[in-house]
Amino acid sequence: MLVLGPLGFAAPWLLTALIALPVLWVILRAMPPAPKRITFPGVALLLGLKDRAPEARRTPWWLLLIRLAAVAALILAFAGPVWRPVAGAPATGPLLIVMDAGWAAAPGWAGRQARAERALTEAAAAGRPAALLLADGQDGQGALAFQPADTLLARLRAAQPVAWPSQLPPAPGALLEGRPEGRLQTLWLTDGLDHPARADWLAALAAEGEVTVVPPSQPLRSIELQPGEPPALVLHGAADPAPAVLAIGPDPQRIERELARLVPGDPVTEAGATRRAVPLDLPPEQRNRITRFQIEGDSHAGAVVLADDRVRRRKVALVAEAAGQAEGQELLSPAHYVRQALELSADLIEGGLGDVLDAAPDVVVLVDQVQLAEIGELAEWVDAGGLLIRFAGPRMIASDRLMDEPLLPVALRQGGRDIGGALSWGDPRGLAPFARDGVFAGLEPPGDVAVRAQLMAQPAPDLAEKTIAALSDQTPLVTRDRLGQGQVVLFHVSANAEWSNLPLSGLFVQMLERLVATARMAPAAEAEPERSQPFWTPELVLDGFGRIAPAEGLAPAAAEAMAEGPGPGRPAGLYVAGERQQALNAGGALLPATWPGARIEDAEAGRGRNLAGLLLAAAALLLALDALGSALVARGGRLIAAALAGLWLAAAPPPAAAQDLDGELVRAAGEVALAYVVTGEAEIDRASEQGLWGLSLSLRQRTSVEPGRPVGIALDEDDLSMLTFLYWPITDTQAPPSPQAYLRLNAFLRSGGMILFDTRDGDVTGVGGPDMSGPLRRLAAPLDIPPLAPVPEDHVLTRTFYLLGDFPGRWQGNPVWVEAPPVGAEAASGVPFRQLNDGVTPVVIGGNSWAEAWAVDDQGYPAYPIGRGWEGERQREMAYRFGINLVMYVLTGNYKSDQVHVPALLDRLRTEEILSR
Amino acid sequence: MSLTPAQLRARAESASGALPALLLAAERLAQQVAPGAHGLRRAGPGEDFWQYRPASSGDSARSIDWRRSARSDAQFVRDREAQTAQTAAIWVSGGRGMDFTGAEGRETKLDRARLLAVALAMLLLRGGEKVGLLGEPARTGRLQAERLAESLLAAAPMAQDDAAPPAAALRPQSRVVLISDFLALPDWLPAFLARAAGSGVTGVIIQLLDPDEESFPYEGAAVFRSAGGGLRHESRDAGGLRAAYLDRLAERRAFLAAEAMRAGWQFGHASTAEPPSDRLGWLWRVLGG
Repeated sequence: MLVLGPLGFAAPWLLTALIALPVLWVILRAMPPAPKRITFPGVALLLGLKDRAPEARRTPWWLLLIRLAAVAALILAFAGPVWRPVAGAPATGPLLIVMDAGWAAAPGWAGRQARAERALTEAAAAGRPAALLLADGQDGQGALAFQPADTLLARLRAAQPVAWPSQLPPAPGALLEGRPEGRLQTLWLTDGLDHPARADWLAALAAEGEVTVVPPSQPLRSIELQPGEPPALVLHGAADPAPAVLAIGPDPQRIERELARLVPGDPVTEAGATRRAVPLDLPPEQRNRITRFQIEGDSHAGAVVLADDRVRRRKVALVAEAAGQAEGQELLSPAHYVRQALELSADLIEGGLGDVLDAAPDVVVLVDQVQLAEIGELAEWVDAGGLLIRFAGPRMIASDRLMDEPLLPVALRQGGRDIGGALSWGDPRGLAPFARDGVFAGLEPPGDVAVRAQLMAQPAPDLAEKTIAALSDQTPLVTRDRLGQGQVVLFHVSANAEWSNLPLSGLFVQMLERLVATARMAPAAEAEPERSQPFWTPELVLDGFGRIAPAEGLAPAAAEAMAEGPGPGRPAGLYVAGERQQALNAGGALLPATWPGARIEDAEAGRGRNLAGLLLAAAALLLALDALGSALVARGGRLIAAALAGLWLAAAPPPAAAQDLDGELVRAAGEVALAYVVTGEAEIDRASEQGLWGLSLSLRQRTSVEPGRPVGIALDEDDLSMLTFLYWPITDTQAPPSPQAYLRLNAFLRSGGMILFDTRDGDVTGVGGPDMSGPLRRLAAPLDIPPLAPVPEDHVLTRTFYLLGDFPGRWQGNPVWVEAPPVGAEAASGVPFRQLNDGVTPVVIGGNSWAEAWAVDDQGYPAYPIGRGWEGERQREMAYRFGINLVMYVLTGNYKSDQVHVPALLDRLRTEEILSR
Repeated sequence: MSLTPAQLRARAESASGALPALLLAAERLAQQVAPGAHGLRRAGPGEDFWQYRPASSGDSARSIDWRRSARSDAQFVRDREAQTAQTAAIWVSGGRGMDFTGAEGRETKLDRARLLAVALAMLLLRGGEKVGLLGEPARTGRLQAERLAESLLAAAPMAQDDAAPPAAALRPQSRVVLISDFLALPDWLPAFLARAAGSGVTGVIIQLLDPDEESFPYEGAAVFRSAGGGLRHESRDAGGLRAAYLDRLAERRAFLAAEAMRAGWQFGHASTAEPPSDRLGWLWRVLGG
């Protein structure tokens, strides 16, 4: 590499090409610009003329300068210029590359690999032997094998970070034995964290030769889960602004997604390490679904915390009478209410007390149980921190040993108390407000909760402080007592609705959730090592990048080793043992490493700034300028202007696509105006406009529909979404609307709009059929038109306002086509007319030229003659009636069809009434 | 290259489409020049009164003007002025070089030449002359202007840069108008003019040029090609050629003028930049109207 001041060149020999620049200058000066081509009839007069000075025309100097600058930039770019390159000292000894390969090395792993690869390539070029030591705790023991550097490349490229901290073999001396002669040069790609054997290795390597340390390119962050209630996350090493922590888990549809974004709190700096608490204040239901937490934007195993029992839902053991012994129906079973209340927020285990205790529950709920066999075991469990919730019930009341019953928060009186029963005084009692500082603080007792029976506590001085919920007469409803590290809670009412309607209320669920939330997590797990499994089987593991990988080929980890965190053979992941889950998480406090005696490579200055890209861009720009300049010289300014205009057009933003609603359409929607398709033929458009106006006048006169002035619709431009009725006269010359217009039309038809197609020819050709004319076929083909049939006699259209038999316009006697009734809808006898398709027909097709029949001029006189004399007027009247029926049909749908059923329905009701007597 | 019938028809349609405009433009021009009398200043067949002369032997009884004769005892014959229709032949060069314009929006030389030709023809026809394209039969009457325009438009431009009029088509005692740019050396001209002078034909030579051809406004390196592509001149410094070019152009004009003078013809040069009526008026005067 050639270094000139702060500038270095990777391929300096290419710079010799710069010598060619003056030559190029001469050539370019000698070469004139391309001549203009001119067609000129007077050439004959020019023939044989000599230019007065052969070199009079030259490339302008500025164009020449642009070209030379472009060429120079290209040459410099290809010479590999580097700004402030690292000065590589020529080394001769063997090369050792130490790569930290723990999870902390995962960010920027590709960069580390590239750096190591560069070192190896350089060593290979210099013929130095090299060795690669991966600090992943798995590297083979025994002496390091120094080999030709390029043979290590494959291994380097295949290396991946592991999901445990970096780890080096303990004895550096043994591994360095038998290394080749020469001063050892070490390149240490560190992940920035300290690990056990690192200091030894650093000392040993520094003694052998020079150690160069490549620090990580970006600061490392990790999260850690701190047990507690509620558990808290701690974010280590995050500078401002702190990244969010994502809580990821299946949503109620079982799709894995981000459930919440947790915002880290304020930083706390201790001994140079920054940490932030991440409060985990989520509803229990949501918290229970979380499977992992992840620092947003970080991908390494330390940025992931897998949720296990510590975060997950509490395990609640429910002990009630066995299924076989359950008396009465399921809905009366007290266990049912508890189950329903806790199902969402906790894992429920049911069974006998002995069985459920083996599953290491967090909470045990005893429903109306007395004199249990395993009471001693249960007492130990509670003493170790368990939460026992008991419910009163008939068996408790009936027990004659209630005074002696252990594991109760308060001493109970024999028998209970009935309030508000047939044989007792007083009314059922409501609940007193909860204490503001108790476990139920903030809950609001509903007014309709009433307690009719309860177990009474023996009066005692400490009764008041043990009571956490009371009735309105201050008799205890829920009492609690601490027992060792655990607690015992007693509901003085039964868990079913017999004694009170508390279990029916939402308050019951909230109370249970509050209580369960106070339970310590898995107190038995550590307290009773004999219960824990000797081995934990990996269920899913993480790789170094924090991605979930299947746990294959991994041996179960010993319970003792699990306490040490992840390591070789037990990557970070989720491990199960029986019913229990434990997560091994890689993240934790970050202990930065120190490097006495080593040269730390400056990451910024390490590679220098590569200028090749900049120079290439400059060359491209100059060449573009040259093209413009050449065009200017050869063709004159007009082309340049065109080119610039083209560039400007290409760069200019497209015109704003937002389209304001046409005010006319807004008016039409507001006034329920009838709409017609503008065909482009002035005569027909005027007929449509006059026709719809005539119909609108009739509607105003005779019905409560009061449409405004009809509106013309240009299908290609106007938005149809606010219209209901569209009159479409078919002409031969109409251009079919654009595909976008057809999309809008189809949407219009699907959303309840109606189009009245009018071929206006009275079907004089006698073609018949719904596709009466070629133009109609052509125009309507892209529309979603259902199968059609002539209007049946019992169609709703015949009786929405007037009773009609025919639908005349200017012509009459031609069939009108509407959506065909579904196959199988036969006329039922006795029913006035068939229940036709539920929807309104989206199209009505006919050829009777209705608009002309309806048309009135400005004075309100009919604009077109119909028929002859009185007969014609009659026909016009019928045409109006058809129009009114049609508009009614459009606006009310098949309401009329339903209306007709009303007498039949009333009839049937009356019959049923008579029959039931 | 053979034209298909469809192409032929399309071309014919486009050509005839331009026809009314050409006619109108020509007609508008022709309105500005009042056709002069073509009287031959002697008695002969004609429409205008010339003289009363005493009847002599040989005059038939029908030729006697009885009203004049009744005022005296002698018989008079009413002579009319002899009015013979002259024959004028117009030739427009069909060379490819004529289809040139130096600026967008300016007429090509060919268009201007056609316009002049038709306008002149209409003038002459209004004066009762027989007009035709050189080599085609000369006729009289209004319709002839349309026929003439049609055949002018129908003539496809030739592939060569220059064209020569058919000398064999000269008719004695007729007038001939030659319109061309005369940029290629007209080596046919002396022979043509000699033959014309031999048969008593006089006429006008009009050199019609584009302003670019008259002023040579080009600068810088350029490759000049003739319209037909046959000639080519490359220059590094077109501006430097201007003086030489203008010299040659003047030389060419002098040559043309000299040739015309020797044969008793008139020479004039026209530019497409000037209004066509100027040149038409000049033509009218020169043709002895």
